[in-house]
Amino acid sequence: MSDAKNTTPSNGSPGDVDEIFVEHPFRQFVVMYMRNYAAVAGLFVFVLIVGAALFAPLILDLDPFEMVDAPLLRPGEGGHLLGTDNLGRDLFVAIIYGARVTMAVGGAAAGITLVIGLTIGAMAGYYRGWVDEVLMRITEFFQVLPPLLLAMVLVALFSPTLETVAIAIGVVSWTGVARLARAEFLRLREQEFVKAARSIGARDRRIIWLVIMPNALPPLIVNAALTVGIAILFEAALSFLGLSDPNVMSWGKLIGDNRDYLLDAPWTITFPGVAIFLTVLSMSLIGDGLTDAFNPKLRER
Amino acid sequence: MQFLTVVIRRSLYAFLLLLAVIVFNYTLLSMVPGDIAETIAGESGGASAELMAEIRRSYGLDQPFYVQLFGYVGRVLQGDLGSSYYFNVPVLDLILGRLGPTLLLVITALLLAIFTGTLFGVIAAQRPNGIFSHFITILALIGFSAPVFWTAFLLIILFVSMVQIMPLSGLADPLTESGTWQWYLDVAHHLILPVVSLSSIYLAQYSRLARASMMDILGSDYIRTARAKGLGQRVIIYKHALRNAVIPVITIAGLQFSHIFSGAVVIETVFSWPGLGTLAFESILRGDTPTIMGILFFSAFVVIVFNLLTDLAYRIVDPRIRHSGTA
Repeated sequence: MSDAKNTTPSNGSPGDVDEIFVEHPFRQFVVMYMRNYAAVAGLFVFVLIVGAALFAPLILDLDPFEMVDAPLLRPGEGGHLLGTDNLGRDLFVAIIYGARVTMAVGGAAAGITLVIGLTIGAMAGYYRGWVDEVLMRITEFFQVLPPLLLAMVLVALFSPTLETVAIAIGVVSWTGVARLARAEFLRLREQEFVKAARSIGARDRRIIWLVIMPNALPPLIVNAALTVGIAILFEAALSFLGLSDPNVMSWGKLIGDNRDYLLDAPWTITFPGVAIFLTVLSMSLIGDGLTDAFNPKLRER
Repeated sequence: MQFLTVVIRRSLYAFLLLLAVIVFNYTLLSMVPGDIAETIAGESGGASAELMAEIRRSYGLDQPFYVQLFGYVGRVLQGDLGSSYYFNVPVLDLILGRLGPTLLLVITALLLAIFTGTLFGVIAAQRPNGIFSHFITILALIGFSAPVFWTAFLLIILFVSMVQIMPLSGLADPLTESGTWQWYLDVAHHLILPVVSLSSIYLAQYSRLARASMMDILGSDYIRTARAKGLGQRVIIYKHALRNAVIPVITIAGLQFSHIFSGAVVIETVFSWPGLGTLAFESILRGDTPTIMGILFFSAFVVIVFNLLTDLAYRIVDPRIRHSGTA
């Protein structure tokens, strides 16, 4: 992309004329990101949630499953910031602990999605021909199966642990990444710098991962932010339906556990949902910010 | 003639894809830990050793895996999806019985999302930096970020609990006699919240898409021509531009058909909607393998046939694709 061109002049000798006009690409990147206030807010919320997930359990040191008070206390009642749920568990504590699971499973699932998608897309786009044909048929195969239903079946078939949930989400959601990576590879493989690498005898593996991949990354990184968001939504849906580890607190599970009390205690549903909503929202705002930062020209739209 | 070979090749390919789905389903669900015969026996209240052997024989469980697999593929191709372990009725009858409510829900939601989304996009495109455009952007963010079951619960809190104007769940009030016009009205009433929740995900996306494509089109030559010959803004937008702006929305909607079925699983369980999604969810909890396989097959079948038909329809409509040979 454009930042590849910008790196070359700034590598010149100190005092070079270009130095005055061309900022360091990373600096330019940060400036463009910071100009998008919504994206900055998204990053802030995201850091806050990750921080809560990492550190709050160390400070709070409570059991989110413990019955601490009467069930279904309103927010603020009995000193419970967000009230209690139908089992008398403190909703605030449960949400803080839920953040860990959501973040861990969402992150792992997104990682698996990206690894499968990138590998398949890169192979298909780079080798073309029959490799492309076979891999794209496999991709289409996974696209005709309803993703959530397949993930539900996978979790139910194999034990309902967090690992299974993450793998199941990865298995059903990589097709989009694969298509995107393939398109980028098809475009980039014909470029001069790839031909140059090939002419000096670089092996395929090196060209795929070290020559083309770094240049294909910008649109894929933007997509990765959305992938994490989608993985979190998947995890929430699965644990809401009860298809996740019953011994681990998560936001979706919290909503699932309290759904029968929806009309009497709406806060038990509302607050965990707000947590999911804000997390996914922050991911998509970050994605928007990254788009701007990678592609300053697209901003006008 | 070339068109005919494409039709044949595409159909053959769709058929192979379907075959792959059947084999995949069967192989996957044969990996179930535990003895299927015991599950079946468990449903009929435990069984002696002889009865277990009898169950194994009648369900073909004593055969080697590949024999069972070929048997299953053969039966599915003849339209026999097996019998539900739980209900003990043919899976196909079970699916067809639940299909109506799901189609009603999914198609209504899809149409609502396409219609409203396009309308929103068209309005926003006329003022790319106006308030409505910003509203669309925010709506798109919310639509993407809110888990669909949560949206549904918020709507229930609002319209069932606070402003009591909507029913909580189900297809219709069980006291209304089915088939009467009151019953149809009641179904429509029960349909509102599930449809709005399900379409919320897509509405946001479609309005963004329609806005982008509308902005492209408004800058194109034929719109400039229309303006030059003195047509009014209204005629230009709703008669000339709108038709072309709808195309990408419909294309995406078609591609998302399998996703919307997934969304229906969640929405149906939230609203106790008696459709395929609820059946799928309950079958997974019950370990009712034939029904799960049947539903997976059926939804893949619908998507494959749908994709095939849209692909062929594009070829008929658009001569550029028709003459580009394979692809």
